[in-house]
Amino acid sequence: MLTLEAISKVYKVGAFGGRELTAVQEVSFAVGPGEVVSLIGESGSGKSTIGRMVLRLASVTKGRIVFDGTDVSRHTGARLKAYRKKVQGVFQDPFSSYNPIFKADRVLHMIRDSFFPGVSASQWRTKLEESLDAVRLDPGQVLGKYPHQLSGGQLQRLLIARALLLDIELLVADEIISMLDASTRIDVLNLLAELKERGLGILFITHDLSLGHYLSDRSVILRRGEVVEIGPTTEVFANPKHDYTKMLLASVPQLHRKWDMA
Amino acid sequence: MRTELYFAFRNRKVVGGFAVILAFLLLGLIAPLFTDHGPNDYVGPPAAPPSGEYWFGTTTFGQDIFLQFANGLRSTFLVGLLGGGIAAIVGMTIGFVAGYRGGIVDEALNMLTNIVLVLPALAVLIILHTYIGIKSVPAQALFIGLFSWPWVARAVRAQTLSLRSREFVDLARLSGLRPLTIIRREIAPNMSSYLLLTFILLFGGSVLFAATLDFIGLGPTESISLGLMMNNAVQWSALHLGLWWWFVPPGLGITAIVGALYVMNVGLDEVFNPKLREM
Repeated sequence: MLTLEAISKVYKVGAFGGRELTAVQEVSFAVGPGEVVSLIGESGSGKSTIGRMVLRLASVTKGRIVFDGTDVSRHTGARLKAYRKKVQGVFQDPFSSYNPIFKADRVLHMIRDSFFPGVSASQWRTKLEESLDAVRLDPGQVLGKYPHQLSGGQLQRLLIARALLLDIELLVADEIISMLDASTRIDVLNLLAELKERGLGILFITHDLSLGHYLSDRSVILRRGEVVEIGPTTEVFANPKHDYTKMLLASVPQLHRKWDMA
Repeated sequence: MRTELYFAFRNRKVVGGFAVILAFLLLGLIAPLFTDHGPNDYVGPPAAPPSGEYWFGTTTFGQDIFLQFANGLRSTFLVGLLGGGIAAIVGMTIGFVAGYRGGIVDEALNMLTNIVLVLPALAVLIILHTYIGIKSVPAQALFIGLFSWPWVARAVRAQTLSLRSREFVDLARLSGLRPLTIIRREIAPNMSSYLLLTFILLFGGSVLFAATLDFIGLGPTESISLGLMMNNAVQWSALHLGLWWWFVPPGLGITAIVGALYVMNVGLDEVFNPKLREM
């Protein structure tokens, strides 16, 4: 469904853009329907940049992003809008994802205004209830409220509901549970698992190995913009080949082990 | 919005400043309606002090100073509104576009902003006036507006830069909104209070700048303004002849209007910023 073919992102930095900074270097992998692919890496590894390129929020310096057989990496205007009907994203910080001076459900109305201008009020109502139901939100509890009146978990689920209003095939989830507290995390994770069951492809970006392990079919380990290891999640986690992956796995705190001076 | 209105009405600086502005505005709008004479008509005895008939006295030539004052207020408000408005529109447009677009567009607009910023506006306006001649108040306002936008552009650009990187802007882009729509509906509302304050400062600045130009004799030639009244008073030695009623009203008028605007500005700052609110 989605295939990244050696995509790179190079930023021009310094006065007059004299120097170059390679954030992502020739990364290739694929996400199929109903498949969850974890993009795992530390801060600055380029994982969010890849997510932003897939969402076409950042331009692609080199390489191709192929979605359902067409290269979308240079699309603009109406074709880009059509692509975004199929591919949507949810971001890390639920509180900065909402314009603080407007009500939270504005993100839903924006979808209607932009993609479904012809849909009648009653049809829209049913659509809205369906997608809120899919993320297990009570319309009475979340509609007509300001972002600060809702919890982080509610806000993230509302954003997923926003994406579900469109007939998306791929969801880019960029650290979407990093800022939630531990008890709501698992709910959102399970929600993603349900979406996967419904045939949605998910690009799950995280720095948390255990989250990546919990959900994903395949894992891509990134370091300094390059892929160091790629494969089925169980294999990568059980039998890491690259030193960096081994180090990452060793640095995960374990529930049954206490800190010790070693 | 409702809380802001509530605090605005409770804030003495805002209410007081607004009352002064409104009083002058009404005086300027209404007073000239009650007479058939123009502001420069010779209607009374020469150099008469304030009296029941001529409230602010008359000039050396017998012009009614109250009538000049009321008409002058009109051009003062016109210059403030037009000059401030033009500067606000140009500055905000350039600031928003530069901040949102970034890259080469930003560099070019930033360069333009910096060039206009370092131009000595007064000197350029003096030269422009000698070549083109500024005859009407709107023309004067246009030139003032075209020279006072750079700091607005810089401030708006900086704010836009920081708001652009927020995730709700990304989300709006994912929703298929066009850049101008995003600026208008996502970014600008977040700084609406700042934009209002900017306009008030530009309004006051334009009034002062116009008074300066009028006073040094570069005012509009076909009408009357508060600065022009002071210019006339100086030219005809009102100070030496003891005709204080000729220059005190326009001087006080300008001071009161600009002062009231600035006081209102401080008050609005308190209204929009909860940290500054007095309990």
